[in-house]
Formats: sequence, structure tokens, C-alpha cells
Amino acid sequence: MYTDKVMDHFTNPRNVGSIDDANGVGEVGNASCGDIMKIYLKVEDNIIKDVKFKTFGCGAAIATSSMVTEMAIGKTIEEALELSNQAVAEALDGLPAKKMHCSNLAADALHEAIKNYKEANG
Amino acid sequence: MKQIYLDYNATTPVRPEVLEAMLPFYKEQFGNPSSVHWAGRAVAGAIEKAREQVAALLNASPAEIVFVSCGSEGDNMAIKGTLEALKGKGNHIITTAVEHPAVLETCQYLEKNGYDVTYLPVDCDGRLNLEDLEAAITDQTVLISVMWANNETGNIYRIEEIGAIAKKHNIRFHTDAVQAVGKLPIDVQKANVDLLVLSGHKIGAPKGVGAIYVRRGSRMVPLLHGGHQERNRRAGTQNVAGIVGLGVACEIAAAEREEVYQRMRTLRDKLEDGLLAQIPEIKLNGTPDRDHRLPNTLNVSFAYIEGESLLMNMDMHGIAASSGSACSSGSLEPSHVMGAMCVEITLAHSSTRFSLGPETTEEEIDTVLEVLPAAVQRLRDMSPLYNCGKSSSEACLICETVRRI
Ligand SMILES: Cc1ncc(COP(=O)(O)O)c(C=O)c1O
Repeated sequence: MYTDKVMDHFTNPRNVGSIDDANGVGEVGNASCGDIMKIYLKVEDNIIKDVKFKTFGCGAAIATSSMVTEMAIGKTIEEALELSNQAVAEALDGLPAKKMHCSNLAADALHEAIKNYKEANG
Repeated sequence: MKQIYLDYNATTPVRPEVLEAMLPFYKEQFGNPSSVHWAGRAVAGAIEKAREQVAALLNASPAEIVFVSCGSEGDNMAIKGTLEALKGKGNHIITTAVEHPAVLETCQYLEKNGYDVTYLPVDCDGRLNLEDLEAAITDQTVLISVMWANNETGNIYRIEEIGAIAKKHNIRFHTDAVQAVGKLPIDVQKANVDLLVLSGHKIGAPKGVGAIYVRRGSRMVPLLHGGHQERNRRAGTQNVAGIVGLGVACEIAAAEREEVYQRMRTLRDKLEDGLLAQIPEIKLNGTPDRDHRLPNTLNVSFAYIEGESLLMNMDMHGIAASSGSACSSGSLEPSHVMGAMCVEITLAHSSTRFSLGPETTEEEIDTVLEVLPAAVQRLRDMSPLYNCGKSSSEACLICETVRRI
């Protein structure tokens, strides 16, 4: 059902955890659909220096969260805002059709975290 | 890596004796049981033998057994066939909120076509209140359908008492016994059951065969029209090999059931006690009274984590189980059984079912007890719900939605 890349990110997720002095935090999803993703950012000079995630959800939700952190690190805020859920799914060599909408929210969580950073840092 | 199969409520491997008995019917014994010539006669005899074997397990007579293709077909046939046959008498069905979709969706279909259905609620442990059941009966009620045992929780329903209620009110009684047959003693006379459904692939026979017990005199309109097979009750050339296999599986079940019950029960209890002792914030789904649960079934929820990711984690260790989470059921909602039991939504998404079989070993259970605490902890450490608000000063809205166990 899942690609090797999804399995790899599920088995060895990158950047799990939280950042104590994060300057942007974003959260999407809800308990009723079974997926909640939370992204922590450390932004310096408009560049994402560090990203961490915590996810409650299925294998796809964990893998997309892990993948988005890898993709976002080192990017500027503007570049990170261009990352789409679709791009995250593609970077994982695709997700099963039924996972595309509910478990593929990682880019949204990243964007929420950036929004939170911008609000706090004008 | 060793493979550990703990999903026997989903399906079971075919028993070697069953397969052995089936093989001739794919080779030299290929005849059509309806044919008058030698090729047909030999095969017809084999079907009648299987009918006796199934009937013996249920304390029924062979003429009351109809072979079908699966449990779902049996449930459809029992419900639709009875309602149509009794059209002049009434249009009301009483069932429960925790039935298998084969019953629930059939009832919902009938509702759209003018029938009335009462879905009895269950309590937080999944138990049915029989006073509710009796109170739901009206002069229009023609069928009560209550499963013998639930596939997700293993809860056993009070079939004898329900049968007595149905008899008192002169209402037909159907029970989906797909999960009960082979695991519990079944006596259709003692339980006053009119219609009982079983499925081959849950008891060591192959997929694609099942049977329905139809009490003598219970009128039913067939689901499949056509030839005169099964005494005009189910058209279609019989799945001879499957039926022979089902017969043998029933004979084995009759001989081994008590011993297998004890063996599975001991191992299931060990798993249950071990998990509850080792893993904090774990919830048992189903009745805590183990005598009223199938001997092989354990359904638990682990707070803060989601079921499918736990299944994947166990799969990495070769352990196969199943989950009531939306993700693993292929729908957007978690299991309707957990919903009916008012299980809090994140716990419903994390509900995990272990179902043991006659082949399950103590070593396998020990491996699960070794692997699971770490697997759960690994996912908890990744979860935004776990320790939420405890470790830092960050505000957390979501954890307020997660009720404590
Ligand atoms: C309680 C119950 N009823 C009915 C069925 C359907 O049986 P089958 O797969 O043979 O159609 C199942 C199987 O999952 C079941 O557990």
C-alpha cells in the first residue's frame, strides 16, 4: 500500500519533537478525522533554521510530517510557503488515493507555523 | 522475522485436514451435484454429508441447513427473505447498533424501502439492555436480529434470553453467529433461534462458503432465484469443495471446541493482563467480564496514538492485528462499534483488536508483550497529544478534547 519512501519516513522519522524556543508553531487537523499535526519552527534572518514535528495519525500522516520538515529546513519563509501538500506527497513517491486528503496536511501545518511566526514577528 | 498472526476474527488459515478433504472435489469428483449420472451422484452425497456435519454442530437437523457463499449473503438472505415473506404481518425490525455491516447495511437498505428499524443502543461496555429490547417490540415487529458475538469487542450477547423474548412475542429471531461458531457452544433449540448464519473462513474452512440455519417452517423468500438447488432456497450450482471443507471444519470444531476455548482463553487472558499491567493509559473496549467475551478476542485503546500507525509498527515486528481507526477501515470515521459504546474519539481511532486462534502459541503472546510497550511509547513520543501542556508553557487546545481514561 505504501511506497518505500513512506515506509522509510515512518520507520525512521526525521525531526521528531518540539523546539523549546520556537518562534512559530502551527497545528492542523482534528481528532475526529484521526490526524493532528503540529509543527515547530526556529526562524532566523528569514530562513528556517530548524523544524520539528509531532503527529497523531496514521502512517501517511507521520511520513508526510517527517518529509515536510526535511523539505523546509534551510528554506526562506517565501520558499517554504510555496511547498504544497502535493509536493510533499510526490517527494514520498505518492500516497494511496484515500490518504490524499485527510492525512496529507503536513504542508498546511508548516504554513500555519509560518503564519504564526509572521504574526508574532510583524 | 517470525510472523505472528493475531487477526483470526478477520479470517483464519484453512486447516490442513479441511484442504485434504476438499482436493478430490477439484479433481476426479468434479460432477455437478444436480446431475443424475454417476458423476453427479457421488458429489451430491458429499454435500449431504457436509450438511449433517454442520447441523450436528448447531443441534439442528440437516434439512434446516442451506449452503451459501459467505456470512454476508446469509445475513442478507435471513433479513430480506424474512421481511418479504412476512410482508402482510408487519414491517418492523429490531436490531442493535453494533451489528456487522452485513446486518446494519441490509437494515438501512430496507429502511429506504419503507421498513422501520430500531437500532438498540449499547452501554459503554457494549452491553445490550434486554428491557430496551422488549420495550421496542410493537405489533408490527416481525424480526429481531442480534449477533451472537461481536467481531470487534468479542462481547457475547444473551442469545438464549433474547430467543425466549422472541418466542414469547411470536417474532422471528435471526442471529449472526459468524464469530461465535467454533468458539462457543451453539444450540439452536436451546436458544430458540429461527435463523442463524455462519461463515467458513472464520473457522478454518476456505473463503467463499457459509451456511444458514433456517428453522423448519420459517418461510423465506430466496435471495437468488434460478435452479432448484438447496430445496429451492438458494439457486446456483453449489461450491462443492467449499461445502465439503465447511463440513469438515464443523466436525473439527465440534470435537475440539472445549479444549481450544481453554487454550485460547488462557493465552488471551495472559495478553490482556500483561498489556493492562505494562502500558499506562490503556482502555479495554468491551465487557470486563471475560466469561461474556469470546475467549480469543482482546480490544484495547492506547491513549494519544492512532491505530493504523500502531498496526504498521507491529507489522515491522511481524505482528498482524487490526484496528477500528478510520484509516484502517477505509472510511473517514472510526468504527461504528466504538461509536455506539461512546468511546472517546481519539481512543476510538486507537482501538486495536488482537484475535487469537487455535494455532496461537504462548511464545507468540510473549513476543507481543515484549514488543508492544515500546511500540506504543515510540508513537506516544511522536504524538502532540502526549504530555501536552505538561512539558512547556505552551497553550494546547487539542488536549482539552482528549478526555482522560
Ligand atoms: C460478525 C460478522 N458477521 C458477518 C461477517 C461477514 O462474513 P463474510 O466475510 O463471510 O461475508 C463477518 C466477517 O467479518 C463478521 O465478523
